[in-house]
Amino acid sequence: MNFTFQGKRISGILGILPVKEHSFLEDMRNFNFPESRSRKLMEVMGYDKHRLVEPGVCVSDLAVAGLQYLFDRGQLGRDDFDALILVTQSPDHFMPPTSNIIQGRLNLKHDLLCMDINQGCAGFVVGLIQAFLLLEQADVRKVVLINADVMSRKTSSKDRNSYPLIGDAAAITVIERDVVDTRIQANLKMDGTRNEALMIPAGGFRMPSTPATAVLEDAGDNNLRAKDHLRMDGSAVFNFVQVEVPPLIESLLAFSGVTMDSVDYFLCHQPNRFMLQKLADKLKVPYAKMPMNVVEHFGNSSGVTIPLVTAFNLGSRLTQERYRVCFAGFGVGLTWSSMLMPLGGLGFCEIIDYP
Amino acid sequence: MNVLVEILKSIRPEFDFTVSTDFLADGMLDSFDMITLVATLDKTYSISIEGVDITPEHFKNLATIARLLKKYGVEVT
Repeated sequence: MNFTFQGKRISGILGILPVKEHSFLEDMRNFNFPESRSRKLMEVMGYDKHRLVEPGVCVSDLAVAGLQYLFDRGQLGRDDFDALILVTQSPDHFMPPTSNIIQGRLNLKHDLLCMDINQGCAGFVVGLIQAFLLLEQADVRKVVLINADVMSRKTSSKDRNSYPLIGDAAAITVIERDVVDTRIQANLKMDGTRNEALMIPAGGFRMPSTPATAVLEDAGDNNLRAKDHLRMDGSAVFNFVQVEVPPLIESLLAFSGVTMDSVDYFLCHQPNRFMLQKLADKLKVPYAKMPMNVVEHFGNSSGVTIPLVTAFNLGSRLTQERYRVCFAGFGVGLTWSSMLMPLGGLGFCEIIDYP
Repeated sequence: MNVLVEILKSIRPEFDFTVSTDFLADGMLDSFDMITLVATLDKTYSISIEGVDITPEHFKNLATIARLLKKYGVEVT
């Protein structure tokens, strides 16, 4: 499915990272694998450090801290936005929507559309598409998109497939109308037949959490995880990304009439360094144009990684300069989506620590 | 094949890779070992095995790995 939008822009990006840093070398002690094998994997995947929340910290805590930071500095007015979209897989509660909790905690105006979207690694692009659609309405002048996840709370520390790459984080992206009638193009695909490739089996209504679902089990691969934990079929996800994402990006560029060379940066979801190197090789994109350093510094925080890779690598340059960027997100669902747009002249583009 | 066996042994020294016809089914390699192996092959032979080729059928045994390498212009004897 293709999308075309006009006269919209991103006007600010703020990343929020838990201050507590964990290291792969410490994590390694929990894994049921010889140290030498884990060290080899560390080199290939780029595992090193990752940021995780303290027990009890929720998505709304990160989001509220980030919004308050912007309010305090006058970078965003409390009444300036008319929609608040939260993209998360780790809501504070099943109900109410966490976006409403954020609204309430900050005592934001009632004339505000609050919306939770259950999406993961493609959640930044999906959130942008939703924000652009809302901005077609006359009464919606500005949209706040929050991507946030605390998936470490649902990941077994004895699961070497998932735990070393997981990171917790939030990002706030402000989207508004643009006086310049620039064209933004996007595409998106979903395949629910592969929904089990990334899943938390228990905890919903299909399989409620019980003492039995909390018991750690060996899945036959020396990793210990419970049904309450994130389960990732690494081979299936890897194959999905390599098969589906290159043609997605190529098709977007063809649809937009833009060549690969004329894109300044490919700002992709950050699963691990190896997967991104293979993606860049396939697309014949120089590594310098596709930053892949988020997992090694902060971990993979699902839908937050695209704004994080943007702020971490381009940061304040985006307040002065302007680039043609291609965002690409891929993950749970399965969902894969890309977007081509100009990015620059931002009011802010930075990362802060929480708390 | 000796170089290939040495590379495999550097990843899983506890196994004899000359006796198995299915490394994955025999539990000698898992999907993460496969990735480590690809990274090592890429570096050793200055190639880049494409992501779509990183599938279990290419890493079943010495013959399938050799066949995959041949696709990238690498002959292992």
